[in-house]
Amino acid sequence: MPKDHGIGASQKRREDVRFLTGAGNYTDDINVHGQAYVHFLRSDMAHGKINSIDTSAAEGMPGVVRIFTGKDFEGVGGLPCGWQVTDKNGDPMKEPPHPVLAQGKVRHVGDPIAAVVADSLEQARTAAEAIVVDIEELPAVVDMAKALQSGATKVHDDLADNLCYDWQFGTDTATTDAAFKNAAHVTTLELVNNRLVANPMEPRVAVGDYSRANDEHTLYTTSQNPHVIRLLMGAFVLGIPEHKLRVVAPDVGGGFGTKIFHYAEEAFCTFAAKACNRPVKWTSTRSEAFMSDAHGRDHVTKIELALDADNNFLAVRTDTLANMGAYLSTFSSSVPTWLHGTLMAGNYKTPAVQVNVKAVFTNTVPVDAYRGAGRPEATFQLERVIDKAARELGVDPIALRRQNFITQFPYATPVAVEYDTGDYEATMAKMEELMDIPGFAARRAESEKNGKLRGLGVNCFIEACGIAPSNLVGQLGARAGLYDAATVRVNATGSISVMVGAHSHGQGHETVFPQVVAEMLGIDESMVDIVHGDTSKIPFGMGTYGSRSLAVCGSAMVRATEKIINKAKKIAGHLLEASDSDIELKDGKFTVAGTDKSVAWGDVTLAAYVPHNYPLEEIEPGLEETAFYDPANFTYPAGAYACEVEVDPDTGKVTIEKFVSADDFGNVVNPMIVEGQVHGGIAQGIGQALLENCAYDENGQLLSASYMDYAMPRADDIPHMANYVVDHSCQTPCTHNPLGVKGCGEAGAIGSPPTVVNAVIDALHSGGHTHVNHIDMPVSPSRVWAAINGQ
Amino acid sequence: MTKVTMTVNGKTVSGEVKGNTLLTEFLREDLRLTGTHVGCDTSQCGACVVHVNGEAVKSCTMFAAEADGAEVKTIEGMANADGSLSVIQQAFQDYHGLQCGFCTPGMVMSAAALLKENPKPTEAEVRDYLEGNICRCTGYHNIVRAIMAASGQDVPAVAAE
Amino acid sequence: MYSFDIQRPTSVADAVAALGAEEAQALGGGQTLIPTLKQRLAAPSVLVSLGAIAEIKGVCTGDDGALCIGGGTTHATVAKEAASSYPALASLAGHIGDPAVRNRGTIGGSLANNDPSACYPAAALGSGATIVTNTRSIAADDYFQGMFATALEEGEIITEVRFPVPEKATYMKFEQPASRFALVGVFVAKYADGVRVAVTGASEDGVFRWTEAEAALSSNFSADAVPAAPSGDGMISDLHGSGAYRAHLVAVMTKRAVAAAG
Repeated sequence: MPKDHGIGASQKRREDVRFLTGAGNYTDDINVHGQAYVHFLRSDMAHGKINSIDTSAAEGMPGVVRIFTGKDFEGVGGLPCGWQVTDKNGDPMKEPPHPVLAQGKVRHVGDPIAAVVADSLEQARTAAEAIVVDIEELPAVVDMAKALQSGATKVHDDLADNLCYDWQFGTDTATTDAAFKNAAHVTTLELVNNRLVANPMEPRVAVGDYSRANDEHTLYTTSQNPHVIRLLMGAFVLGIPEHKLRVVAPDVGGGFGTKIFHYAEEAFCTFAAKACNRPVKWTSTRSEAFMSDAHGRDHVTKIELALDADNNFLAVRTDTLANMGAYLSTFSSSVPTWLHGTLMAGNYKTPAVQVNVKAVFTNTVPVDAYRGAGRPEATFQLERVIDKAARELGVDPIALRRQNFITQFPYATPVAVEYDTGDYEATMAKMEELMDIPGFAARRAESEKNGKLRGLGVNCFIEACGIAPSNLVGQLGARAGLYDAATVRVNATGSISVMVGAHSHGQGHETVFPQVVAEMLGIDESMVDIVHGDTSKIPFGMGTYGSRSLAVCGSAMVRATEKIINKAKKIAGHLLEASDSDIELKDGKFTVAGTDKSVAWGDVTLAAYVPHNYPLEEIEPGLEETAFYDPANFTYPAGAYACEVEVDPDTGKVTIEKFVSADDFGNVVNPMIVEGQVHGGIAQGIGQALLENCAYDENGQLLSASYMDYAMPRADDIPHMANYVVDHSCQTPCTHNPLGVKGCGEAGAIGSPPTVVNAVIDALHSGGHTHVNHIDMPVSPSRVWAAINGQ
Repeated sequence: MTKVTMTVNGKTVSGEVKGNTLLTEFLREDLRLTGTHVGCDTSQCGACVVHVNGEAVKSCTMFAAEADGAEVKTIEGMANADGSLSVIQQAFQDYHGLQCGFCTPGMVMSAAALLKENPKPTEAEVRDYLEGNICRCTGYHNIVRAIMAASGQDVPAVAAE
Repeated sequence: MYSFDIQRPTSVADAVAALGAEEAQALGGGQTLIPTLKQRLAAPSVLVSLGAIAEIKGVCTGDDGALCIGGGTTHATVAKEAASSYPALASLAGHIGDPAVRNRGTIGGSLANNDPSACYPAAALGSGATIVTNTRSIAADDYFQGMFATALEEGEIITEVRFPVPEKATYMKFEQPASRFALVGVFVAKYADGVRVAVTGASEDGVFRWTEAEAALSSNFSADAVPAAPSGDGMISDLHGSGAYRAHLVAVMTKRAVAAAG
């Protein structure tokens, strides 16, 4: 029987009740008395020199409070990048200024030029139309290869060129070259990791407030990590000490990475609230989001795989151009390097792995982490090239992978990380079982009867989660350690508030975290609540991303709870006149071992706060403990995915008929929530593979600027229930965190894109279209048709 | 400004609106019914779906003035009279049909409209009906499962152990 | 949105009068117009909502057997009420946009807007429908005048659309993956005096009749008779497909429509 409470139970989510009744409290639901509204006048050209901005007519328009331009921010810091990459020559990356409002130049469509604060949003927007901006249009740099050509227009005039860094990582060139030279077979593939827009359903919102009474700033914002915003904005942008700055991220409607970063609009609203002495609110429209939320992916890669005569992998070498967009967003520089290069060994014992990445500035929206962040890019390259190699060699793609699996742990890869544990054979076998691979031939025949081509795609993946061991990431260039914190506050009557640095914006922390604490203490989950999303209530926390909440913040919570138990045992020992080493805590009761003498949880907590009978000399009253946790290593979730597609050769349309994921997430606290996370990740992976495409034209105009052109996955794009299984029964617990958990938030988005594309290629080959070895994502109907027809 | 009067979740309400006031703005700002959300500006995401005279509509693509005299129902009016979750709401919780909760009000309103006109939809019909409701978190799987379950049909249990 | 007043007349006459005001604009279901207004791409002084005019709503059969649909009739109503009399048209209406859009969007609004990727223009042209306004009747062949362009005069309101009911008909839509509008949609209708084939989504000139296919199918109504794909010249080429791809889909969808019509 599955458990019905505590760790391992599919506990229904308590937060659902408010969301299902319309009682959620999202940032746009917050209105501060007397607030004004800001409208940003954004550039409609990709690249231009600002000659002048004349706001005089606009200033006098009805309702206008104040109009800001880049001049107002000259004394203010720019938006910082949190990760410094050192290039292959030992030089730091190029880090151009990223002003809150454009100064001198506009560098992408959507770059904010001016901000109008007015009594109403409509008035702000109308006044913005009266601002006269004289911009001299400059040629736009969009294509990365062209951006690197000598003589290319420069996005940042003060830099030598458009190269942010040229990075090399892993096995040295001589060793790598030798491996390729000695190879019996080399497979090469050039591919694109398509630019995506994260598109959480809640657009970003910021409300700035300022209290003259005590010089305190408050920012309500749609953030995955309010403390990170407080730190970056307070210390680097606006110069507000942290004790005078409160950042609140209430209910947040999805993040997927794009709500990690510190954005100009947050700094603006905080700044303007003081400057105008009035709360200032900004609510993004979806159209605005497309040109102001950081985008994801956008890599162009050549990958080579060397194999020996027995099909053992000898070496992997990649060359990637990574688009940074016009400015460096908060974690942008880390994505193509440390979150991507470190994963290029995959699940395989390839002895030589070399990763080369050139990061490039272009006149496009900044690119940063999006669900998976670097790991989907790595997995897609590797699993596509392996599939191509299998086809070239005429071997079974599953067998080829299996033959090259890492089987001994811990395993130190040639790309800096050490996998602590795993069992890739187990997830592969589970996938094969669930997929009914022997039945594929019959299913293919059935599809062919209906004029459709059916393909089977498989792949494996590994990811590094639980970001991150602070010492290691510090060596890798992170400008802050990435530990997390939790405070467990036990109240006098025994109920508990747990203040956590992780932020829940769909992950179900409010349900899951209490499952852990309640299990440790043996009390009812309803006695435990978590508090998150408000820097004034929580000691510290680096937030939620990189599938880290339970692995890092959850570990901090476990440590704090252990401290609580230790202290509570001392108090219980005093009450029971026994040594605390003899006290056992079980089912919420403290018992002297081997006796029937006990006190209840509530007796101990009450004694801690209203001590009549208390060892004041030995223990402080109160029962509240804080722990910070810094993981010893990343966690390494891994798995095997498979899908079957049908291709309509007349139209090129691809439909996913069957999908199986077999993941190893280590221990699982709430299986229902874990499966939900995988479903969501897979839908985004299917979106990347088949639908989503953030495209610019050669002038830097955004072609996919709304849901009219950016194809979001919908309910009918996902396989039916009977043909769709997400499994997490293979579990090798993480060896270095107390819960043995690895993280599950990104797996689906990492594992699924190559699965889908591998299946499409398989389908096309079955139909005799053997000249098609690759189709770039999204594998849209028109691209499939063009590939079939050699166009 | 025009005066509008409508019934919202069973209560008669009135207010002064401008010509360009959207129904969703009237609900969220004037009535403080913030459960109805706005996720796009091209009438596609469906986070703003409410019922007007019993039919699902996108309240961000209808003017408040056009709802004068109408019966409007929002997510705030979907629970049972005693405050407990309705069958559809309960199914969304039971089958984990929501994560961040932002699209959820629109999903529930669309699901209710579907089950009113088609009490036992097939899975394909559910998926088709949700064309105008975008969810970025759940991958739809558990939303579909919840709606099927709410219609009294057997669905696989959540989180098979 | 810019500021504007909104009026809700209850008769065609009042609506026409209201539309006489400077910069007045008619508002059908608003499913396209309101997003346009949000982008501030239009600045009417007054919007004249046609939603309260009972006389332009509903579906009925005329004395000549034609299916008559009031200009203010929603897609959802057509999907239901035309299901037995003109199933292909009802099915087309039942697949425009999504359910919530179909509850507001109207046939008159769609035809007045004449989006090059909308479905209704294909049905109207493919059926040889008559667009009836407050002042006149316009044959579909004369009505559509290119992308977003129609024969409507300023202030003219579509009160009714009259569809001759064919022996058999089908609409086949290949959806653009993002908007779910027609990337290519083909409406094939077989009448006693010949076959009509209307194509939406494909051409830079908006909905058009594929006359080669009409001729071929009029003599042999079978999928095999559908001619080779038309030229891709003049076809829309964008993020979602080239002109050549759209041209190819015109033939594929026509064949499928004929096959489905039986």
